[in-house]
Amino acid sequence: MKYFVLLAGMGEGKPWDALTPEEQEAEMAKHYAFAEACEARGVAIVSGEALGEGHTATTLRTRDGEMTITDGPFAEAAEQIGGYYVLDAPDLDTVIELCRVLPPYDIDIRPVIDVG
Amino acid sequence: MSLLVARSRRLDLVEDALAEAFARAAARWPVDGVPANPAGWLYTTAHRQVVGRLRGEAVAGRKAPLLAVRADWAAPAEPGDELPDERLHLILLCCHPALPVESRSALALRLVIGTPTEQIARLFLVPTPTMAARITRAKQKITAAGIPLGAPAADELAGRLDEVCRTIYLAFTAGYTPGAGPDLLRADLAGDAVELAAVLRQLLPRAPQVVALHALLLLQHSRRDARASDGALVTLADQDRSRWRRDEIELGLGLVGRLPPVGGYAEELRLQALIAAEHARARRAADTDWAIIAGRYAELESLTGSAVVRLNRAVAVAEADGPRAGLALLDGLDDHLPASHRLHAVRAELAGRTGDTAVALAAYERAIRLCTNDVERTHLESRRAQLSPRRDR
Repeated sequence: MKYFVLLAGMGEGKPWDALTPEEQEAEMAKHYAFAEACEARGVAIVSGEALGEGHTATTLRTRDGEMTITDGPFAEAAEQIGGYYVLDAPDLDTVIELCRVLPPYDIDIRPVIDVG
Repeated sequence: MSLLVARSRRLDLVEDALAEAFARAAARWPVDGVPANPAGWLYTTAHRQVVGRLRGEAVAGRKAPLLAVRADWAAPAEPGDELPDERLHLILLCCHPALPVESRSALALRLVIGTPTEQIARLFLVPTPTMAARITRAKQKITAAGIPLGAPAADELAGRLDEVCRTIYLAFTAGYTPGAGPDLLRADLAGDAVELAAVLRQLLPRAPQVVALHALLLLQHSRRDARASDGALVTLADQDRSRWRRDEIELGLGLVGRLPPVGGYAEELRLQALIAAEHARARRAADTDWAIIAGRYAELESLTGSAVVRLNRAVAVAEADGPRAGLALLDGLDDHLPASHRLHAVRAELAGRTGDTAVALAAYERAIRLCTNDVERTHLESRRAQLSPRRDR
């Protein structure tokens, strides 16, 4: 089944911009290691992207049929979201195990609902 | 049940299918006779039910995302087949850290022991519909989130077992949390938690946290018949020890006696079991070796740093070395246990023993104000009444 893996608020780390180039390189290395670990477990990375910072977000809300456009993000916690992966993995425990390879983000794992 | 869940990965279908299989057995066995392999018969019948439902879903065009069929799923049980024991995996599944803490023990009792939902609700002092909804949500999450039934990686098993033991202990202590009226204690339901620990120890006879947990629960549960009388709690010192279950005490003492010191949560459980063992060994309250108990509490406190453990240690030290020594250990606890009526109740009791009635009365006052349980409050009020000035010579 597919899982959406949301990477947020560097729990124990520093924001990307506060890292030295060497630290940024070490962080990227963990993402490469993650990709390798996925491959070794037969888990496909369906997609995965790094996202712009919270202040670059635009929020759309529709109330009473009226859409308003404001400066985002829509929730304080969403400020911290830095990227995501979509994985095709056999079960939750496999995803949890793979996430141990990533930098120490706060991570939410959600099953992707197949509406097709 | 564990096997059906293991093979179909559809917890949501298995319970109904098994209930149907039992209903058929009840109808057919008295007529046709009991089959040679009753468990195999039930398994095969329930298995057909699940397959039928899955086909129905497929026909209806609905997705069955967890239909990751294992190789052995296709084979129903032959007469004489020993069914593999999947209960450990089922217990680990029920206590998976991705499930809400308050659902884990309920799910384990429901699925592993078969405790009815209304009884689990009674255990945790919540309405039955609340508990039913909690269990349903947990089962749905298992299916929706793809929580697997299977052994965790070897390096994670110990941590997962600690969680399982915490969950079972939580269910056990819920049975001894005073409720209202006739449900003052629910020892019968705490007994289901003891059974769960027994099953776990049978499956993992060498896991230290599991052995320590089972010993601890046996020893504490052995006192159940003496713990309440006429709707009131009976303290350890006043219990009729002839009503303690000696067979369970012997089993618990044997288990904890064989356990070497370990670390982590297993050691916490072991030390607690050793404390319970000291009480169980004393035939009369006056025979209790409080010095040993105080020593165990000191070890437990240095391991956990828990203020509640220190409070218990103070009680033991007061018994071993006198109330002043116990009172000294209460210093500094107020900041850590601001809402605890027990801290004030202990202070009141010990101050009363030193003859400091004024401090004792003030402490009882605070304890009674903080206590949220009617039964315990009544007990505190009667203790305070015994301290009243006319009883002072």
